[in-house]
Amino acid sequence: MSDDDFWAALRRTTQSRIGLGRAGDTMALGDVLAFRAAHAQARDAVHVPVDIDALVADLESRGLGTPLLVASRVGDRGEYLRRPDLGRQPRELDHLPRDTGADIGIVLADGLSGQALTDHAPALVAALVERLTPRYSLAPLVVATNARVALGDHVGAHLGVETLLVLVGERPGLSVPSSLGIYLTHHPRPGRRDSERNCISNVHPPDGLDHDHAARIVDALVAGARELGESGVRLKDTSRSLDAAADGPVALS
Amino acid sequence: MTVFRQTLGPTTYTFGHLVDLMAKASPRRSGDELAGCAAETDAERAAAQWALADVPLDLFLTELLVPAETDDVTRLVLEQHDAAAYRQISHLTVGGLRDWLLDTVTRDDAAERLAGIRWALTPEMVAAVSKLMRNQDLVTVARAVQVTTAFRTTVGLPGRLSTRLQPNHPTDDPRGITAATLDGLLLGAGDAVIGINPATDSPQAVSDLLHLLDDVRQRYEIPTQSCVLTHVTTSIGLIEAGAPVDLVFQSIAGTQGANEGFGVTLELLREANEAARSLRRGTVGDNVMYLETGQGSVLSADAHLGTEGRPVDQQTLEARAYAVARDLDPFLINTVVGFIGPEYLYDGKQVVRAGLEDHFCAKLLGLQMGADVCYTNHTEADQDDMDVLLTLLAAARVGFVICVPGADDVMLGYQSLGFHDALYARDLFGTRPAPEFEEWLTRCGLMSESGRVLPVDPSTSVLRTLGAGA
Repeated sequence: MSDDDFWAALRRTTQSRIGLGRAGDTMALGDVLAFRAAHAQARDAVHVPVDIDALVADLESRGLGTPLLVASRVGDRGEYLRRPDLGRQPRELDHLPRDTGADIGIVLADGLSGQALTDHAPALVAALVERLTPRYSLAPLVVATNARVALGDHVGAHLGVETLLVLVGERPGLSVPSSLGIYLTHHPRPGRRDSERNCISNVHPPDGLDHDHAARIVDALVAGARELGESGVRLKDTSRSLDAAADGPVALS
Repeated sequence: MTVFRQTLGPTTYTFGHLVDLMAKASPRRSGDELAGCAAETDAERAAAQWALADVPLDLFLTELLVPAETDDVTRLVLEQHDAAAYRQISHLTVGGLRDWLLDTVTRDDAAERLAGIRWALTPEMVAAVSKLMRNQDLVTVARAVQVTTAFRTTVGLPGRLSTRLQPNHPTDDPRGITAATLDGLLLGAGDAVIGINPATDSPQAVSDLLHLLDDVRQRYEIPTQSCVLTHVTTSIGLIEAGAPVDLVFQSIAGTQGANEGFGVTLELLREANEAARSLRRGTVGDNVMYLETGQGSVLSADAHLGTEGRPVDQQTLEARAYAVARDLDPFLINTVVGFIGPEYLYDGKQVVRAGLEDHFCAKLLGLQMGADVCYTNHTEADQDDMDVLLTLLAAARVGFVICVPGADDVMLGYQSLGFHDALYARDLFGTRPAPEFEEWLTRCGLMSESGRVLPVDPSTSVLRTLGAGA
């Protein structure tokens, strides 16, 4: 088996840049140039605003309703990067319904990748709705632009929901341009700390977590948060039981 | 309360409190501008540095930057302070300490003398002196400090540069993680730790990963240690459940509020330290904690206000995290210097400076300090900046650096160093991996007698079976 065949088989298991060629002790030129090109594309992706029209159309076509729009206090993408404090605050919430009493609220936040939202949010919301309703009532969907995760606390408090899910575009990587993260906050209100949230990251099928699996983890976390009365570090993802923890090694095949 | 004044030409600058003086004296960075505590102009910064040079070290023991009544990190700093050792340097100003350090590194007994003031210094004193130092000063002093730690390998010995092999995968797929681990081992990486950032904090998923890594370690008799970087409470639970936990990981920071934001207390960290030590899994040492820090984490948690509600600069807060770290006598600690984002460190210049500051401060306080030489895609930086920082840190005898395949982390979505970069740094400074690991690499035919990682064919190497099952 040649080097190339050996690594080709392994590359099916990961997007990682494994088995790179060497020039002396350093990387082969082709890999260096490919890296630079990917870096340039990732940097550009950070600055592309979310395509709201496409996102809304996609949500509507799936029967998920028309989302309400909220903007943060940030003026543009440049300010978004420099001023996380403004990205955590909504400009205006009065057009949202107050105290809905819903079990769950969902906020779609562009974060650092608007493309992640258009690529994955509609299918993920559909998976969440299918999994969580009718057991739980849902507040109207909200889309937040130039938003950071903590902006959701304001929205969730205003909507008066029990548990808030913020679906946010994660920082574009070199090999992963559009990845979505899910932050769950029980009893959302401004001032919640990061330790009071639970995060499910890397939702980006086919290479990352798929939408149904992510919805399954959310379902378990929502149930856990309602039972515990809180989210955060004391709440653990038990969608996979711990009964095998003391068993032997995991098979690799 | 002291007010500080400094005249530059026609202008007299006034600094109302030591907190302000420290912030204004800091080299420019976006995080301090965001917090509203940075110098308004370069001239004000220069004036602040001038005034800071004349501040007696004693003042840091009476004018606290973060009140002791409300912050347990401050109380820890005061508890740690060794008054007897301090008598060696108690007559000095901040500027005097800078000169003392630079004079000390020229002596034959530099390492002993620097170790002798480890507990005489507070993080605030060390942060203050770093603000007066140029990059070369930060390198030359850090280079003279020697701190070693040990578990199954020894990290921090002279003539050594260790690496964390970071085989992350977006869904924690065991085959993908194994493939990345194989890639790193073939390139001589992994003697500090094989450490995974899990995609989920699920205890079951973390347990699976621990078993996976421990199985690889035992099957190939690799003298190293593994770690799955999950929350400390998850690790404690897994220790109780009998999972093979070598090292306990936790992110820590420099104020009580920021640590609460991470969901940890000093007590919880000590409990985790004891729990992992009780397993006695180390062979050449019993340091068991793996800690990460980084400038900006405290501001990010909105827990950066100090005395009289004045914002404390991010570099001083970072140095305070080292008080928390040295309380635990960790095996590994590293700054995630470029990871936290451009709102805290804007570009390559700021990332490089911060990396050198963190390394210098941690080492002077007695920690065996490593670095994640890294940046994110929204920061004004690229691999050229990483080359600069790696070269400077290697010159400063950094304990270990983090490496991922091809410098691209496909789970965290950022760029660190590649395995090849460690080969460059080792070649440049004639350093080798930890002795226990070097012996294994040589025995496996992966490294030559002269310390070069050989270009072996993976399909005929001793590790070939790691590629099976993919």
